[in-house]
Amino acid sequence: MMLPDKRLLLLPTLLLALLATATTAAEPRSGYEYIKQSTRDMQDDDFENPGMLALEQGRQLFNVTPAGREKSCAACHGSEGEDLDVTGIARYPVHNGNGLVTLQKQINSCRENHGDGSLPIDHPDLIALETFVRNRAAGEVINVQTDGPMAPLLEKGEQLYRLRYGLIDMSCQHCHDFYPGQRIRGQTISQGMSNGFPAYRLDIGEMTNLHQRIQQCLSLMRAEPFEAGSEEINLMGLYIMSRSNGLKIETPAVRY
Amino acid sequence: MRYCRISLLSGILLLQLALLTGSGIATAREQALPDDYCQWAVTDYAIAQPLCELAGDASRGMAIALDSGRGNCLACHQLPIPDVEAYGTIGPPLSGIGARLTKGQIRLRVVDTREINPMSIMPGFYRDPRLIHRPDKRYAGRTFLNAQQVEDVIAYLVTLK
Repeated sequence: MMLPDKRLLLLPTLLLALLATATTAAEPRSGYEYIKQSTRDMQDDDFENPGMLALEQGRQLFNVTPAGREKSCAACHGSEGEDLDVTGIARYPVHNGNGLVTLQKQINSCRENHGDGSLPIDHPDLIALETFVRNRAAGEVINVQTDGPMAPLLEKGEQLYRLRYGLIDMSCQHCHDFYPGQRIRGQTISQGMSNGFPAYRLDIGEMTNLHQRIQQCLSLMRAEPFEAGSEEINLMGLYIMSRSNGLKIETPAVRY
Repeated sequence: MRYCRISLLSGILLLQLALLTGSGIATAREQALPDDYCQWAVTDYAIAQPLCELAGDASRGMAIALDSGRGNCLACHQLPIPDVEAYGTIGPPLSGIGARLTKGQIRLRVVDTREINPMSIMPGFYRDPRLIHRPDKRYAGRTFLNAQQVEDVIAYLVTLK
């Protein structure tokens, strides 16, 4: 019997190998699935969840009419944010034709037009407002645009996600694509999904937006973190949020 | 041979950086090799010669392996040490590593395991610092452990038979 050319046999194997390296993590799974039961219980109980404090602070800010101005956020969007478009919230970050608009940036631009002016990206008031607004869309499925003008931005974001950083010399993918479910010391590695952010982090005892979380990871890698509001952070945040497409918004989540 | 490998890895890193530069993203700083960095050579998937010709001390090595601020082996590996509950499950357990690998093979894996597996998650504890992308200022131009610490850890690991 004639055996087929060995090179022909090799081809499908190579294609399979290529496919295996080209595809990212399979089904996205929320960080909720990787935290301890006690942490889940804390998240699920509105009285136990420390993120609810930020949410309440956000609700107050949403309803305050700044001195010398005519409108609060609530004046347009309802005192409970009931007139906000929740499917729209689940689309952030969005592309407005000129570039990327994060939810933080959108809140700031509303504040510039009608409110007290824009806040620094890491200001607790902005984290509180983002927490309140994203929580309005809790349970909505994240649905970040991945085609059109987003495609090249996502490509850049993915490059940054797969690049190694710092003395510890790991990329995001090394933990969150290759080893979710495994443990680093006592902690279980998640897929690094962003559907719960802003989230309360037990490790540092603070509300943390996604961009801060990326910075904290980079610092842990003994790398020089990208600056808040920098192009790199925005692109990484965009890519990470797009990985979370299909997951329900859990803000405010409780995470390690 | 070793320099071929290093230049290949540097090339990949530079290519990654070039791609990012092309897309308008900042690159890592230029760094000089520190004066006290000892060159090492890979032969047959091992580094036979101790770094800087230093002798290691197993008991110091065990302390470094356990210390989360230094070797932190437990972050990813299980070690045969009683009463340690919080260990990682990313890398293989290190019990018996001294029976499975030669000292030179262990040295290569501690110094820079990416000589064997370029995609490895394991940090190179004595990797050429010029290959590190975007280190924090406090760590720029440094290795993860110094040569003596690496030799101490190796001296400990070879006792795990």
